[in-house]
Amino acid sequence: MAKLTFIGGIHPYDGKDLSKDRAIQDVLPGKELVYPLSQHIGAPARPIVEKGDRVLAGQMLAEAGGFVSAPVHTSVSGTVKALEPRRVATGDMVMSIIVENDGLYEDVGFRARTSLEEVKGEEIVPLVRDAGIVGMGGAGFPTHVKLSPKEPEKIDVVIANCAECEPYLTSDYRRMLEEPEKLVGGLKLILKLFPNAHGVLAVEDNKPDCIALLQKVTRDETRISVKALKTKYPQGGERQLIYAVTGRRINSTMLPADVGCVVNNVDTMVAVYRAVMEGRPLMERIVTVTGDAVAQPANFRVRIGSCYEEVLAAAGGFKEKPEKVICGGPMMGFAMFGLNVPITKTSTALLALSKDEVSAMEPGPCINCGRCVEVCPGRVVPSRLADYAAHFDEEAFLANYGMECCECGCCSFICPAKRPLTQQIKSMRKIQLAKRKK
Amino acid sequence: MSELFKVSSNPHIRSKVATNGLMLAVVIALMPAAGFGIYNFGPRALAVMMVTMASTVLTEYFFGLYTKKLTITDLSAVVTGLLLALNLPVSIPLWMAAVGGIFAILAVKMLFGGLGQNFMNPALAARCFLLISFPTAMTAFDCDAYTGATPLAMLKAGEPVNLLDMVVGRTAGTIGETSVIAIAVGACLLLLLGVIDLRIPGSYIVTFVLFAGLFGGYGFNPSYLAAQLSGGGLMLGAFFMATDYVTRPITIRGQYVFGITLGLLTGIFRIFGPGAEGVSYAIILGNLLVPLIEKWTMPTAFGHRKGGKRHEK
Repeated sequence: MAKLTFIGGIHPYDGKDLSKDRAIQDVLPGKELVYPLSQHIGAPARPIVEKGDRVLAGQMLAEAGGFVSAPVHTSVSGTVKALEPRRVATGDMVMSIIVENDGLYEDVGFRARTSLEEVKGEEIVPLVRDAGIVGMGGAGFPTHVKLSPKEPEKIDVVIANCAECEPYLTSDYRRMLEEPEKLVGGLKLILKLFPNAHGVLAVEDNKPDCIALLQKVTRDETRISVKALKTKYPQGGERQLIYAVTGRRINSTMLPADVGCVVNNVDTMVAVYRAVMEGRPLMERIVTVTGDAVAQPANFRVRIGSCYEEVLAAAGGFKEKPEKVICGGPMMGFAMFGLNVPITKTSTALLALSKDEVSAMEPGPCINCGRCVEVCPGRVVPSRLADYAAHFDEEAFLANYGMECCECGCCSFICPAKRPLTQQIKSMRKIQLAKRKK
Repeated sequence: MSELFKVSSNPHIRSKVATNGLMLAVVIALMPAAGFGIYNFGPRALAVMMVTMASTVLTEYFFGLYTKKLTITDLSAVVTGLLLALNLPVSIPLWMAAVGGIFAILAVKMLFGGLGQNFMNPALAARCFLLISFPTAMTAFDCDAYTGATPLAMLKAGEPVNLLDMVVGRTAGTIGETSVIAIAVGACLLLLLGVIDLRIPGSYIVTFVLFAGLFGGYGFNPSYLAAQLSGGGLMLGAFFMATDYVTRPITIRGQYVFGITLGLLTGIFRIFGPGAEGVSYAIILGNLLVPLIEKWTMPTAFGHRKGGKRHEK
């Protein structure tokens, strides 16, 4: 099997050995659960409950605030305690619904189905939308929007993003090993929407056990194949993945559907399967708790709305005091001030590092070594873009494809002068994106 | 939240490769050439190296005192000093070597903003400065070990040269340029460590060979071409100075263009010019063309077509 890949990229220490062999365990939430109304890209959800309401697990707390939006459900039964702004992992204050857990876990009653074959294509998108499913790899783009391209018959490849290229993360790996039939089931459901499409399970070759298992599970599927990807960060980036699997190139102004592709992450596909086949909205996700400061790194099935502190406690707490705690992986995750923030639909991991190598580094002058150019998957010149951003030269930034940066962090990682290239480019991109919206 | 953790923008990990590590790798890779220079020319070669390195490092140190920035820890001044020594004849008066070091750091590097801002390779600029200022001392290759002309000058005059001596390095010349083997060992180290790649040296050498074959007057005579490649500063220049990060294009296509430019210039200077040597001038002239080359070779971003629509304001 040929190894598929892209141009550029890096090979950081992957740290996956810390948690990859720990089977998924359940974690029960504490007294209070926090459901931010914005756990996705797009309009915030609109609350449909009031303070004092009794709610059951699986009940909708807030409805979608538009087409590109997603509803939010409670993952426990209890009472709505408040609607107030709460701090989330990115550091922002976001309006949230607070539910007091009564510990009974009564649910609304989910309507399960027995046969995947009997599901009709047109049933799927409304079910996915009402289940509040968003891209669970970290971006949080509402899945029903991805599944509703203008011309479904032109989609010829549906890719399950099983790359998990972020260092330290093992949640998708465990999901693939433990529930491969749900992942494949989710892919089969999505394929019902696209009559001309072939399904591809794209896995990095550092997970040979997943590749073998998925091949076994899909042995009799004519519309699905498993493909091995070269292990390299950011292989799981949407543009890199599409290029590796199909050889097609998209830029920042295009959607995967423009080149006939639909891409969804492992956990998202499992969520689609559960929404359609088990009637369950998105209420839980897999979170990897890892890093050299964590006592027992592990993978947990966590109810959305739980607090990071509870998940950390399940992993035995800190072995030593960490300097840095990250929501997500070390390349694209957010550093957090503290742990009193909720797990959301896009929380892939809690990573605690005993040493913060970045703050110990003093950025030096750029020596023009070109390493950032070689590793950039967007094929731009990061050191120059960072310069343009630092001097606020908008014209040069745009003319040299500054908006094509996908913020993967490769340039900052590789820079021998330890310059914060990604950060500088990211700030300028934010300003330009905000200007476009006006 | 009683105790807060550190926060910063992603990514939260960094590669182990740092600027001073890269500079150290270059210094180590120059050791075979430097060592052979001392063996070949005697202890005075070591004295020249010590003087140039002391003058480059001290110049940068004192300049740093004035601007209140300590930059010598990045080791780039050591690299410049060593490279300068390897480009000087062993008989050069030590005070001239010191002047060269001061010129390299002060005039070429620090006055333009320090590391990363110089537009010419400091060591080569200093060599050219010395060549113009003290032509006799800079081209006197007579010493205890050798009398007479460098092999390249002999080649130009149509005299026979001993190719084996040139490859081993037992010839007259500057301290570090004579031994192809010693330079190749260091270059292989840099290639293996990923400090340099073959884009510039490769395109430089191939272009030069083609040029020399076409216009050298001997056709593609293997021993003539081998002598041209082994003689003078070509190997040292191609692997250690044309690849200087700061003064070569950052774009990948630009690096090929740069290598080809250097090959053409070296060919022109060596074959049509009055002197036998041309590498130093070719490289510093090439350095001046870098902004232009970069402008022409800026890459097209992934997913865009060449010349296609870019983002509007």
